[in-house]
Amino acid sequence: MNDYVVEANAVEKTLGRGAGEVHALRGIDLSLRPGELTLLMGPSGSGKTTLLLVLGCMLTPTSGSVTVCGTSISNADKEALAKIRREHVGFVFQSYHLFPTLTATQNVQLALDIRGEHGKRAAQKSREALAMVGLEQKMDSLPGGLSGGEQQRVAIARALVANPSVVLADEPTGALDGNNGQSIMRILADTAHGRERAVLVVTHDPRVIPYADRIIEIEDGLIVQERPGETDRPRMPKAVPFRA
Amino acid sequence: MSLVLTLASRNLFHDRLRFVATMVGIVFSVVLVMVQMGLFLGFGRMVTTMIDHASADLWILPKGAKCFEDPSLIDVKLRDRVATMDGVSSAVPLVIGFSDWRLESGELTPVFIVGADLRDGSLQPFNVVDGNVQALTQGANVAVDRSYFDRLGISGVGSTAEIRGRKVRVVAVTDGIRSFATTPYVFVDLKNARNYTGTPRDRASSVLVRLKSDADREKALSEIRAQAGDAEVLTSDDFRSRSRSFWLFGTGAGAALFAGALLGVIVGTVIVAQTLYSSTKDHLNEFATLRAMGSSNGYIYTVIIYQALINAVIGFAIAAGIGSIVVQMTAKSALPIVVTPWLMAALFALTVVMCVASGIGAIIRVVRIDPATVFMR
Ligand SMILES: Nc1ncnc2c1ncn2[C@@H]1O[C@H](COP(=O)(O)OP(=O)(O)OP(=O)(O)O)[C@@H](O)[C@H]1O
Ligand SMILES: [Mg+2]
Repeated sequence: MNDYVVEANAVEKTLGRGAGEVHALRGIDLSLRPGELTLLMGPSGSGKTTLLLVLGCMLTPTSGSVTVCGTSISNADKEALAKIRREHVGFVFQSYHLFPTLTATQNVQLALDIRGEHGKRAAQKSREALAMVGLEQKMDSLPGGLSGGEQQRVAIARALVANPSVVLADEPTGALDGNNGQSIMRILADTAHGRERAVLVVTHDPRVIPYADRIIEIEDGLIVQERPGETDRPRMPKAVPFRA
Repeated sequence: MSLVLTLASRNLFHDRLRFVATMVGIVFSVVLVMVQMGLFLGFGRMVTTMIDHASADLWILPKGAKCFEDPSLIDVKLRDRVATMDGVSSAVPLVIGFSDWRLESGELTPVFIVGADLRDGSLQPFNVVDGNVQALTQGANVAVDRSYFDRLGISGVGSTAEIRGRKVRVVAVTDGIRSFATTPYVFVDLKNARNYTGTPRDRASSVLVRLKSDADREKALSEIRAQAGDAEVLTSDDFRSRSRSFWLFGTGAGAALFAGALLGVIVGTVIVAQTLYSSTKDHLNEFATLRAMGSSNGYIYTVIIYQALINAVIGFAIAAGIGSIVVQMTAKSALPIVVTPWLMAALFALTVVMCVASGIGAIIRVVRIDPATVFMR
């Protein structure tokens, strides 16, 4: 197996039908490496979310190929795509999407539960994941009792607890103020650098640029620029292995 | 508690009003089915009360007799032929029929006379709570049930009235021998029964045969059949099921009860399906999130099925409580609702099936979820 966790080659994606048809991606080549935080930037409607969905096995490309951890998704059905997501991908959404009736710990534990990990051990792992994002005081709170930044940290703990190879975040700081946004980005950067995960962050927010190892600009469904970020890569992995 | 169960119960209890509506639907449905089926069982038991309490192995009946109350008659000489046969321990003629009872106030009310040869012990009054059954053999004595005291204008042992112009006297009182036809049973001696019902001396309604304990039952049955000529010979079990099917299905009463039960099941299923579907729709975003996180469809079905099962268990528990009150309330009525452990088990199974089936709509909706919608919001 090569270095890449996710590889996209000549990916095109058409959304909608008939008169409403939109050529959202028009030939994208992109690979995500472990230990690297990639920023995906571009104007509204340029295809950022569509690309993230294709890389995250939520959509299959209209043409071109996508491989996640060595598995091609071209011929996968819905259930097979779900399996690839379950095994390799963690998502962080702009609007958190926590379960309002479950506590922070239970929300995180759900990610293990769908993978067949139940019981005390799963609860313990979930609490550890929450501690890692600095929420040891809020483990039993319901999402309604948490601030936006705290909710997003629960969502990140949920995305990370099952130890995915790739973490995809769509505007994770979009709904947060500066300080909260910074701390979320720090956690995501630590995930990439400290735990050797591939992390892709879609953003509009220039304040997150300092955390990027690589910045990709997309316009109208095409990558128009790729440049290194402001971190000094290659970076040594921190000696904090993720406790699986 | 497992996380799926937690999630399922939170989904359910989150919207109290909807949960209450669901419970009302299930409880209404299960209680309705319980009452209908309980009436069915009660009715089925009641129509065979007399057969159950006769100590007969075989019944010799007029051809085509459909039930205990059948008014046709047979030749009583049959009794003498059968009584002397091998393997027969006793053969007792039974005379039954409608008659008129005149209260001391002069009012008339119909009664159903049951007359047997008490000395041979064929069909005696049972559940006797007062007086002495043996006294029936003397004079114009009768036994009646205390639930009919008002109707018959009497107050207990020693009370008097008239049947067909002949003075009678209550010598024994029973408890709980009720007729579904609401006509009171009056137990009398065989001779008196002929007088009260106008049955000729050479006829009887049936002959009750008891076999010796060591008799070859099959052989005895076929020998008696050979002797019976026009009359029919049935075992108690056959007679029981024949009366039951006559009253329950021949009259349409059973079909009506089943139709009521079916209606209950349909209404219950529709209500639960509706609430489960709308609950699922409300939580669609969460199910889509689960799907985005990579959950299998099976996991999501499990959440919905658990919701259905929680509904079933709680709904059934409430329904069983209400049902037991209804059962107690009807225990002393003309037609008690009979709820057996089997009926309860069947009702629980029905509730589970009903709730799970009603989850199908929700499941079909959930299958169509597109997890990508989670990113569009
Ligand atoms: N279901 C759909 N049917 C048709 N067109 C769609 C659909 N979803 C998105 N599009 C279009 O595809 C293009 C790319 O959309 P996408 O959501 O990927 O953009 P984006 O870069 O994420 O934008 P934003 O920054 O506003 O989130 C847009 O023109 C959008 O209108
Ligand atoms: Mg977008």
